[in-house]
Amino acid sequence: MAEVTLSKVVKKYDEVEAVRGIDLNIADREFVVLVGPSGCGKSTTLRMIAGLEDITGGEIMIGGDLVNDVPPKDRDIAMVFQNYALYPHMTVSENMSFGLRLKHFPKAEIKKRVDEAARILDITDLLDRKPKQLSGGQRQRVAMGRAIVRDPKVFLFDEPLSNLDAKLRVQMRTEIKKVHQKVRTTTVYVTHDQVEAMTLADRVVVMNHGTIEQVGEPNDLYHSPATRFVAGFIGSPAMNFIACGLEKSAGALKLRVPPDLVFDVPADRTKRYEPYAGKKGLLLGLRPEHLTDTRVAAEPGQQKLDVTLNVIEPMGMETIVFFTLGGVEICGRVGSKAGARSGERMSLLAHLGHMHLIDGDSGKVV
Amino acid sequence: MSRDRTWALRWSYFFLVLFAIFFLVPPIYMLITSLKTSAEISAATNPWWVFHPTLGNYIQLLTSNQYLTFFRNSAVVSVFVVAVTMLISVPAAFALSRMRFWGSATLATGVFLTYLIPETLLFLPLFKMFAVFNELTGIELINHWWILLIVYPTLTVPFCTWIMIGYFASIPKELDEAALIDGAGWIQTLVMIFIPVALPGLIAATIFAFTVSWAQFLYPLAFTTSADQLVLPVGIITSLIKGDVFNWGQIMTGALLGAAPPLIIYAFLMDYYIAGLTAGATKG
Repeated sequence: MAEVTLSKVVKKYDEVEAVRGIDLNIADREFVVLVGPSGCGKSTTLRMIAGLEDITGGEIMIGGDLVNDVPPKDRDIAMVFQNYALYPHMTVSENMSFGLRLKHFPKAEIKKRVDEAARILDITDLLDRKPKQLSGGQRQRVAMGRAIVRDPKVFLFDEPLSNLDAKLRVQMRTEIKKVHQKVRTTTVYVTHDQVEAMTLADRVVVMNHGTIEQVGEPNDLYHSPATRFVAGFIGSPAMNFIACGLEKSAGALKLRVPPDLVFDVPADRTKRYEPYAGKKGLLLGLRPEHLTDTRVAAEPGQQKLDVTLNVIEPMGMETIVFFTLGGVEICGRVGSKAGARSGERMSLLAHLGHMHLIDGDSGKVV
Repeated sequence: MSRDRTWALRWSYFFLVLFAIFFLVPPIYMLITSLKTSAEISAATNPWWVFHPTLGNYIQLLTSNQYLTFFRNSAVVSVFVVAVTMLISVPAAFALSRMRFWGSATLATGVFLTYLIPETLLFLPLFKMFAVFNELTGIELINHWWILLIVYPTLTVPFCTWIMIGYFASIPKELDEAALIDGAGWIQTLVMIFIPVALPGLIAATIFAFTVSWAQFLYPLAFTTSADQLVLPVGIITSLIKGDVFNWGQIMTGALLGAAPPLIIYAFLMDYYIAGLTAGATKG
């Protein structure tokens, strides 16, 4: 087991810069998830850690050793691929033991490790089968088994759940978390699915356009996003962004949403937001769960809002409502018994105590 | 819709039968002729019927040392050519499909283009080259059966390499990356992963190489002349056609027996052969 350090890592394909100088420290035993939209450089970063891509610039260290020019087989890593990449002509146990056999481990040791990994993953019954006789979830387990038996310094996962159906994906997500809790190997996991990132990670690394937008624990990212991109990427349904202006009148700071909505800025934020009064291009960011029906218990910063609902989506435990505010479609979450109906007016509470103010020019959360 | 299907089926069967007749009539005629005596062949009886069947032609050929020599030469040449071809084209295809190096794509296309040059164009320059080689070194290359081991691969290697490139290209990239991470080198990846996974393609290429060398006519006709150096196709026509006397019964028998080995191999490996050809076909 080992820590992984990336410093100023750059990857260029001809003229295109896929990764633009990222710095990242991954602690021993940590589970870090790289998340972002397709083309953000997350897979390239993972493949550079694996040694499958050359590093154009910067340094990658695994367990304190510089590995820039070390071939994949000598980096002591194991990787799980999106399409599993099981060897089709080998049985499950041959697949899992392939790496150990190449390294001439004693037979007894190989058997011990394969049996142990099979037990952890609950695939003992499948050891003599060929990959084509397995279901998607079972193949995924075998791919993980192949990684576990090697007992490497680092596990690398490249979108391992993308080929599974929704239900199995949730199940395997839990499996991966359980496995990590058992083996505690440093793990770097790549996904485009923010839910996967939030549920699995000790720390999430949000990437966009080849740079790191923010690194943090799942809840920190959710509650204190650093940029508009992170605010919009983490959370489902996504955060609402409404163009707004800040005005100072009679000593109080007011938030104006065109054409005619005016909110009081919560007292604890006045000082932070004051310098932005009168600035153009500000955005109000408010998560759907902070636009609720009026029966929610009172807390500071709540303000009433009357809207006409365009569409409602009943989810059972709650209802997602959509309405137009300041020219954009806004999403809120109300109780399933709050009586929301499409086309009708409804009183909502805006919980401005949870608002985010975004400087549109820099994209940073103020 | 089912009416359309019915008609489609009728037309398919019509053409299937047509082609079956077209391709099966010659071998059937060969079989019929091979069972006749020379006298019956030249007699003005129904050529599609054997009135006095005899195995005389078969017995004569299979007890003739000369014919058995041709057969042995063919077998030895074909087996060695297949081996040489596979030893060159499988690693070549692996390198061309997986190792990115300067000019690898051009080289892959170039390999295929060489296959398009017909042997009728190549045998004269080759002959001249061997002659020059003989003048310079004193080593006689012409009129030895083993020279065919060098000549045939110029036909088989490009095509087999091309088949294998197509087949290797269909193997997902992640498979060799997984092997690479598991600690396999290039050779181990080729031998332990690619060859077993691409076995159908490999068998298709083997059958192709075997068929080409077994049926090759022009090169052995040009490069071998002594009776003990001849392979089957050339041997049959040079030894069984004496001047203007055609020993039809034995010619047909010899050709039929000569067609047997590829036929047997096809019968056993047909499924692999088709799987291999279609997989290779997707690579443009």
